[in-house]
Amino acid sequence: MINLLIAIVIVLAILVLAKVARVFELSTELKGENPAEVTEADNKTQSTLFMVMGLAYLVFVVYSFVAWGKHLLPPAASEHGAEIDNLMGISFGIIIPMFFITHLVLIFFAYSYYHRKSRTATFFAHSNKLEMIWTVVPTIVLTTLIIYGLTVWHDVTGPEPDDAMEVELYAKQFDWTARYSGSDNVLGKSGYRLITSENPLGISIEDGASADDKIVRGELHLPVGKPVVFKFHSRDVLHSAYMPHFRLQMNCVPGMTTQFHMVPKTTTKEMRQITGNDEFDYLLLCNKICGGAHYNMQMNIIVESEEDYAAWLADKKTFAESMGAAPVVEVAEAVQTEVLEEGAEEVSVEDGAVVETEETAPAGH
Amino acid sequence: MSDHAAHEDHAHHHHHGKPDFWTHYVFSQDHKMISKQFLITAIIMGFIGMALSMLFRLQLGWPGESFGILETVLGKWAEGGVLDPNMYLALVTIHGTIIVFMVLTGGLTGTFANLLIPLQVGARDMASGFMNMLSYWFFLASSVIMVGSLFIETGPASAGWTIYPPLSALPEAIPGSGLGMTLWLVSIALFIVSSLLGGINYIVTIINLRTKGMSMDRMPLTMWAIFITAILGLLSFPVLLSAALLLIFDRSFGTSFYLSDIFIGGQALEHTGGSPILYEHLFWFLGHPEVYIILLPALGITSEVISTMSRKPIFGYKAMVLSMLAIAFLSFIVWGHHMFVTGMNPFLGSVFTFTTLLVAIPSAVKVFNYLTTLWKGNIVYSPAMMFAIGMVSTFITGGLTGIILGDSALDINVHDTYFVVAHFHIVMGASAIFGMFAGVYHWFPKMYGKMMNKKMGYAHFWLTVVSVYGVFFPMHFIGLSGVPRRYYSNEAFPLFDALQDINVSISLFAFLGGIAQVIFFVNFFYSIFRGTKATKNPWHSNALEWTTEVNPGHGNWEGPIPTVYRWAYDYSKPGANEDFIPQTVPLKEGEEEVH
Repeated sequence: MINLLIAIVIVLAILVLAKVARVFELSTELKGENPAEVTEADNKTQSTLFMVMGLAYLVFVVYSFVAWGKHLLPPAASEHGAEIDNLMGISFGIIIPMFFITHLVLIFFAYSYYHRKSRTATFFAHSNKLEMIWTVVPTIVLTTLIIYGLTVWHDVTGPEPDDAMEVELYAKQFDWTARYSGSDNVLGKSGYRLITSENPLGISIEDGASADDKIVRGELHLPVGKPVVFKFHSRDVLHSAYMPHFRLQMNCVPGMTTQFHMVPKTTTKEMRQITGNDEFDYLLLCNKICGGAHYNMQMNIIVESEEDYAAWLADKKTFAESMGAAPVVEVAEAVQTEVLEEGAEEVSVEDGAVVETEETAPAGH
Repeated sequence: MSDHAAHEDHAHHHHHGKPDFWTHYVFSQDHKMISKQFLITAIIMGFIGMALSMLFRLQLGWPGESFGILETVLGKWAEGGVLDPNMYLALVTIHGTIIVFMVLTGGLTGTFANLLIPLQVGARDMASGFMNMLSYWFFLASSVIMVGSLFIETGPASAGWTIYPPLSALPEAIPGSGLGMTLWLVSIALFIVSSLLGGINYIVTIINLRTKGMSMDRMPLTMWAIFITAILGLLSFPVLLSAALLLIFDRSFGTSFYLSDIFIGGQALEHTGGSPILYEHLFWFLGHPEVYIILLPALGITSEVISTMSRKPIFGYKAMVLSMLAIAFLSFIVWGHHMFVTGMNPFLGSVFTFTTLLVAIPSAVKVFNYLTTLWKGNIVYSPAMMFAIGMVSTFITGGLTGIILGDSALDINVHDTYFVVAHFHIVMGASAIFGMFAGVYHWFPKMYGKMMNKKMGYAHFWLTVVSVYGVFFPMHFIGLSGVPRRYYSNEAFPLFDALQDINVSISLFAFLGGIAQVIFFVNFFYSIFRGTKATKNPWHSNALEWTTEVNPGHGNWEGPIPTVYRWAYDYSKPGANEDFIPQTVPLKEGEEEVH
């Protein structure tokens, strides 16, 4: 019933608008005007409106920088991020003036040259000199930007330092798991066919390197000033590990390992002072559409001194310890059956995650 | 009245029989009728696409709040008036798909290529009227299926308009990847067929059916834009078709083109050896040219309108053509900039950064040429001209942020954030739709023999431009604050709480934009029936389409096709009596042809 009423109201509203338009047209026709013909008065009014609205737009742009500039991300908390911030600053330093100059010209022209019977337009079809100028100048500016941009890109994506600590970030619908590589700094091999509910990352028990790996959920801790190289994995669909404060983003692709390395340079404590927000925490978000609870696939990142980090990690069980009780599975088929048996349970866990996203948000919030 | 009689005669002559309702309005092979079919379908699709965005703007402005209207419209997908997260993704997906494909590709090109090609190059009709008709019917079928997919049990496709696998391949991952995704793929396959049928026709007609004297360098820029667009479409859409076919195989026949090493729903899937990245490469090989398939016709329309209404020749005709060719060429070698953070080889990223930023050069040339065309003009502010100038503004605003996004190092942190949403909605969405509106207001007299109401046109323009910037400009800041796109709600992140006020104002501006489109809707349909009668050449334009009768019949010109003696931009030429010289006027003795 209510739907019908809404539909009727909409139809009536459109009819009324049409009628209003008709009355309007008839009244202008009575005055001897053509409701479609653009008059000299229209040209004057619209050109003035271009000036007023155009300037209002520019004021709005300035206002938005003043009003919302404070919400922008704080300075990068990673070493490579500082380089990116510089490049960003220079790029904006070029595009913002370009924006204002071209818009002022556009507004001025739109305002000044409205049609008057007394005027004639200037026949000016081309000028090689002018066109040369605005081909060559942007080319020079862009070449500079390209070269600087590629230098930064080269630095950011170059090989990681030898002493970089390896950390795996493992994505699935809809959470993140971190795996530290332990004292050998080598992540044990893993495979999706080894996944069970006790071994959700599918880590190979046979690989010696996996024994000291430590698996952590909820929070990712990093020592300040130490290079870390993240190895990204996904078990189901595409995800993207996005750490905006560190200027870091990399897709997690099933069937493929991707990586990104960085050196965190600001501790969480320091960043809380910089932002003046006592509850500030670095974030790891999912930034590739991955399903219903995509919007809540997150993990907090804590950057702290090396001692605090070591103390925090010391508490965590190694992979060998956590699997200690479980029998070592050696035959491939045995793994298969186990996977199938655990299937039902996995499903229910996943469903729970979807439904109770609000409740399963990390404890920090 | 005599016009009308002549038109009837003419129709008889060409049809060898009285055209009945069906052959005239429905299964028409007349390019002008097909153009109207495309336009009206696109307007309806545009309204649907826009309405979907209003629904999710309710959730984004006031997350978690209950709105009766949502439950009324969406039923079980908004129980208690709160939008379901999966349905949110579905709305985003179908909104994007409809606007990108049905409105700005099929609608924009389909309308103006069909209307203008024969009229502006001087041909009786398209090279193949039958293929042209098929092109529309495939387009309609595709649109109907896409809209129909909104009504199925498991919901429409929900993997974003780019439908990246594995999300789009596995119904276990999201309900929309069941039947909804199948319908999406079917719809797009039909759309591609439509687009190819149309594109081949456009190219052939422009190459072969130009009238005497209409050399390529005398064609209006709309023709160049559509010609280049058609070539882009012809080269890139088949790649999307193959990407879609491989996805269909993966979904339905157990192949592994895009899938590997997946554990989902408690099971390890058998797929091995594929890569979702392959899909991304194939998709964006179309996807990037697609951006220019959308934009170029709008640029062509704007060039024509700005020159005509400024009463000045378009500045730098050759540079305008060359810059479009350069943009078109570059558009095929920049697709990787959508994939900087997929883990592709960093060297490849460097190459794509280089080619991407080069696009700024021809774009800058176009902007400066537009500005110079306005300089010392004698501008008549028809509603079309308002939108053309608005388009220059959105093209600048959105184009400049492309310099940020195209730079791989900077893209790392703004990729897939609201900064991207702001960028492409302004540079591609708003610019293209402004170009389309400019085209509708400008050529409405040619399509329907009536004029649109100018006051409603002005109101439509100002409300639209205010809402476009009110909606999309603030999104730059949201993006630079690190907020990802396609989030159902930001409430899970207290850090983003401060941005919620901006989201409220964005939603309000979005509703204002919606109301503005109702004005257009009313003006359009009202003017078809009750608008004032048009004259033969209401804008005092030089182009060939204005030499036909007010309501041209099938075949366009009553007598022989006119011969062309000059380019289309002799406005305010010194020595002429009037401020325009139609293309059909021979050069005077001693008169130089300029361009």
